[in-house]
Amino acid sequence: MSSRWPTQLVVGTVLIGLFVGIGLMSLVWTPHDAEALNVAARLAPPGTEGHLLGTDRLGRDVTTQIMVGARNSLVVAVVSTAAALVPGVFLGLVTAGSKRASREVLSRATDVALALPGILVALVLATAMGASNTTTMVAITAWFIPVMARVVIGPARQIMAREFVEAARASGRGKWYILIRHVLPNIGPVVIVQTSLLFASAILIEAALSYLGVGAQRPTTSWGMLFNESQAVVGEAPTLVLIPGVVMVLAVLGFNLLGDGLRAALDPRQTTKAVV
Amino acid sequence: MAPLVDVRDLSFRYGHKQNWVLRSLNLSIERGSAVGVVGESGSGKSTLVRLLCGLLPVGSGSVTYDGRAVTDWLSKDPRQFRLHNQMVFQSPAASLDPRMRIRRSVAEPVRALERRKIGDDELESWLSMVGLGPEALNRYPHQFSGGQLQRVAIARALSVSPTVLYADEPTSALDVSVQAQVLNLLMDLRARLGLTLVIVSHDLAVVSRMCEHILVMRNGEIVESGPTVDVLHSPSSAYTNALTKAASAVSLRPGNVTSAG
Repeated sequence: MSSRWPTQLVVGTVLIGLFVGIGLMSLVWTPHDAEALNVAARLAPPGTEGHLLGTDRLGRDVTTQIMVGARNSLVVAVVSTAAALVPGVFLGLVTAGSKRASREVLSRATDVALALPGILVALVLATAMGASNTTTMVAITAWFIPVMARVVIGPARQIMAREFVEAARASGRGKWYILIRHVLPNIGPVVIVQTSLLFASAILIEAALSYLGVGAQRPTTSWGMLFNESQAVVGEAPTLVLIPGVVMVLAVLGFNLLGDGLRAALDPRQTTKAVV
Repeated sequence: MAPLVDVRDLSFRYGHKQNWVLRSLNLSIERGSAVGVVGESGSGKSTLVRLLCGLLPVGSGSVTYDGRAVTDWLSKDPRQFRLHNQMVFQSPAASLDPRMRIRRSVAEPVRALERRKIGDDELESWLSMVGLGPEALNRYPHQFSGGQLQRVAIARALSVSPTVLYADEPTSALDVSVQAQVLNLLMDLRARLGLTLVIVSHDLAVVSRMCEHILVMRNGEIVESGPTVDVLHSPSSAYTNALTKAASAVSLRPGNVTSAG
């Protein structure tokens, strides 16, 4: 590794560290019970004693809701992105390595899948499966597989056309070996950056679906749900929308910066000095 | 004695709707000989060597290696065929995987074709044969100069002790001073290992120095072939004549002579 980490990597890691940290901390400690209602203390502003970020319209502690919501976002983002990663990359590699006719069929199938509006598919899924976190994760995974495949196909084809792939064939390597050992490492930065972008998207999609009421349901807490529940009182307590919004932006920014930072850090041209 | 490589009526195009890149070629390469393929860009030289070493499928006509069709080798015995036929590519930087250490790249043919692990001693001996030290093993391609990378690529091709080494413009991406070093290396290795060498180049001076036989290609056809001395001194085609004159005009004009050390 280089002696200095790229700035984006540092900032991204810190932001994600905070996000993951508060999510994990909520498993063992929260300032209040996440579901404890206290109507007497409803709509307390941020800074109120005992409620750092205030309370919502039912008197629930916002700090606690944000912490528990971070955990929910984290679980949904990790599970759905990880579930889409392997099949998406595999589909992209297979498409890039196929002969022309099959490549066209697979590419167009991916395009069709991408053309479907993801939110609508998720709404249909929610009707069929019922609104829940599981529905959200299935919808996001199904959405991300063609996205990942599409992102992989172009760079993988470019790598397949490089002379070192021809050299590997001359060295007796077969198609699968070349795809896994030569093409995949060379598109690694693309996959890593895309994964971090998908993480960020997953957080936003999860929030959108729970805002629409087809994602997480109480007693689970989600950031999107906080928006939904606060919209009726946004005039009285704008911070109830502002706080989850800022937190979400920071988490999404963190994953985007992490992706960029990793791309720079993982490039051997950046990590080893030229000798000649 | 039958030729090692024999090409009969070979034509090739990259797709059904594309133009023919090669048209009805006939040639033969004797075991242990050095053959130069010259011609301008787009004449089909690189396509020809890719067909000969099995990197492109033979469509029309036939290519035989050691008396057996290359298509037959590749369908039934691809490993054996590739053990005998290795290639050095034009751009050394592009022909080595940028994310693989030199150790892995050089070991690849042995691991894939001989299906055995290759130890550091053996790798180091191949590197030393091309004039590189053992420290090269743990480096990545971007840590070398173009000339050094081409030496690595040559070591990789030679690591399975091939019978024929195809070199597709092995020096065109290199500095002039380094070109001479790589060419001397190839000539030396050929003598030491008894290689059959097929060198593609657009530089007549390069092949005339290294090869006993020359094929001159233009627009996918062989316009002239024969012993180097005959082709250079009494060219039968106008194109070869022009090529020879151009080459001698450049190399004989004092201002253009570059020291190649």
